Amino acid sequence: MADIAIRQDPQLMATNPPLVRADGYHDLTEQISTIIEGDVFKTPLKYWITLSITGGIVLLLGAMLTYLVSTGIGVWGNNRPVGWAWDITNFVFWIGIGHAGTLISAILFLFRQKWRTSINRSAEAMTLFAVACAGIFPLFHTGRPWRAYWLFPVPNTDLNMWQNFRSPLIWDVFAVSTYGTVSALFWFTGLVPDLATLRDRATTKVRQWVFGFLALGWRGSARHWMNYEVAYLILAGISTPLVLSVHTIVSFDFATSVIPGWHTTIFPPYFVAGAIFSGFACVMTLLIIARWALNLENLITMKHLENMNKIILVTGSIVGYAYATEFFIAWYSGNGYERFAFINRAFGPYYWAYWTMISCNVLIPQLYWFKSMRTSIPVMFIISITTNIGMWFERFVIIVTSLHRDFLPSSWGYFRPTWVDICTFTGTIGLFLTLFLLFARFLPMIAISEVKGVLAKEKLLYAKETVGHH
Amino acid sequence: MRQMDIEQIKDKLGLGEDKIYAVMGEFSDPHDLVHAGRKIREMGYTKIDALSPFPVHGIDDAIGVPYSKLGWIVICIGLCGSATALLLQWWCGTQNYPLVIGGKPLFDFSFSIPITFELTVLFSAFASVIGMFALNGLPRLYHPSANYQMAHRATDDRFILVVEADDPKFNPQITADHMKSVGAGTVEVVIG
Repeated sequence: MADIAIRQDPQLMATNPPLVRADGYHDLTEQISTIIEGDVFKTPLKYWITLSITGGIVLLLGAMLTYLVSTGIGVWGNNRPVGWAWDITNFVFWIGIGHAGTLISAILFLFRQKWRTSINRSAEAMTLFAVACAGIFPLFHTGRPWRAYWLFPVPNTDLNMWQNFRSPLIWDVFAVSTYGTVSALFWFTGLVPDLATLRDRATTKVRQWVFGFLALGWRGSARHWMNYEVAYLILAGISTPLVLSVHTIVSFDFATSVIPGWHTTIFPPYFVAGAIFSGFACVMTLLIIARWALNLENLITMKHLENMNKIILVTGSIVGYAYATEFFIAWYSGNGYERFAFINRAFGPYYWAYWTMISCNVLIPQLYWFKSMRTSIPVMFIISITTNIGMWFERFVIIVTSLHRDFLPSSWGYFRPTWVDICTFTGTIGLFLTLFLLFARFLPMIAISEVKGVLAKEKLLYAKETVGHH
Repeated sequence: MRQMDIEQIKDKLGLGEDKIYAVMGEFSDPHDLVHAGRKIREMGYTKIDALSPFPVHGIDDAIGVPYSKLGWIVICIGLCGSATALLLQWWCGTQNYPLVIGGKPLFDFSFSIPITFELTVLFSAFASVIGMFALNGLPRLYHPSANYQMAHRATDDRFILVVEADDPKFNPQITADHMKSVGAGTVEVVIG
């Protein structure tokens, strides 16, 4: 392209480097499309090895769920007094991870953050896969998943009654199923123009049919784009309160109870911040691997990674502030049970879980105050992992430590996971990674049309600034 | 079926082989497309379209695309969602099967907020996606613009200007000359 020379103006590059580096629209199409257009049988061996490992873990998940259904939920470690344990911990953990995808695709869109375009597609895919993993746990915790339609107001002749709409658990059913559906719609809408690109490039019969079918006849007419942009804006506008509502309602499952340690009004904002924190860390883990494996360094730049690290620092600090507030209120409320619950959290039998949570969520992310840490790939990879460990422990601490000391000391207990608990959770990690690997191989990982829009704006900006300089 | 009928059907569907769909030309820069679109419109054409790989800002104004009606559709369907949720909770709770649980009221606007909100969002999301495709006339299997030799580049790196044959000012020869005069490349009279 003619403006390569303009883009390499050293003074301008130093003060205000472009967000994405691509020589032109066609190069961008090529770079992203060729990842998925290669012959399936010529995919590098390391892909198949990774996929077979994660696929094997999915089989483990299937085996565990079969064992659970055929035996009963007693194979999990949940019992009195800890009736919610790993299952609900894992549910909240996965739902939380999903939140970053919607934050990137909806909230950053409303804030006109152009850097979101390189990462939104993969983050939205991550949302869908995380919600799928999350749904498994409450579904199987019901004990009889084949009666799952009892969760919805479906007229039937075997239950013969309606759901209790006054319960936060039914609100959660509505929130999570709406969230999953809207995320899928949002993701598909974003994909359609890119599917049309792939259709128009297709050389094999299979790709012509598959992409031709999925692109729905999209041709990029100005009238299409007009309706499309309005639809996208509306979806972003409704997904923003939706994503905030989902973790708010998840927190209501706890906050509306009378259990010390759960019955707090800080839960909704605290849960939402934690969800975004863990979700960004998960996006970070996946993107660091993807940009390295697929050579996407020119599109997912250090600026993208640094911006995500800043969000991790902010949300991590909000979470730390929430931990402090909880302790303060436990003391300030003057309620003996409340105070005991919190002292027991930090110094009781689960002290190790509590301090793992504090170090991973509050202390380690503080390294991101330093630019050298925010821009170091190994550091951010490690912190993205520790953050997710910390956030898993946060949910474990909230759920298990609040339940294991019942009101009567005769009902006290200590929860230990069974091997089925451990293998089921591992299985969902395998499912998540398998779905992500398939997505990265068969669908465009980066929103081609959106990045082209950013490229067009940057071209204009750099052309203008260069004219101004000389 | 007789040959005559097939011709008639083709004609009705706009598939007649000798039917002209439009004059199309291409640009490699979005700003050239906007400038050319504005000039073509100033020449008095009204049935103008543009194909581009991403939304080009200013093109709606340049070629006269009215603002989308989608918002109105979504708000109506969204409010239907709110009404459905409220009716559902009220009817199940107070009419069809009243159950006293924890002494809570059978129906109240406070505890019905979460489900009402979620169903409003769910209905709105379906309305915006399905509505967007419906307003765009999608999904469709065939469109005559695909016969243009550069059509496959409209989803890659080309910005295509279209003057449709329905336009009262349309004349294949003259319109093609007009298209060339505004700087379009690969100007073609597209059959379809």
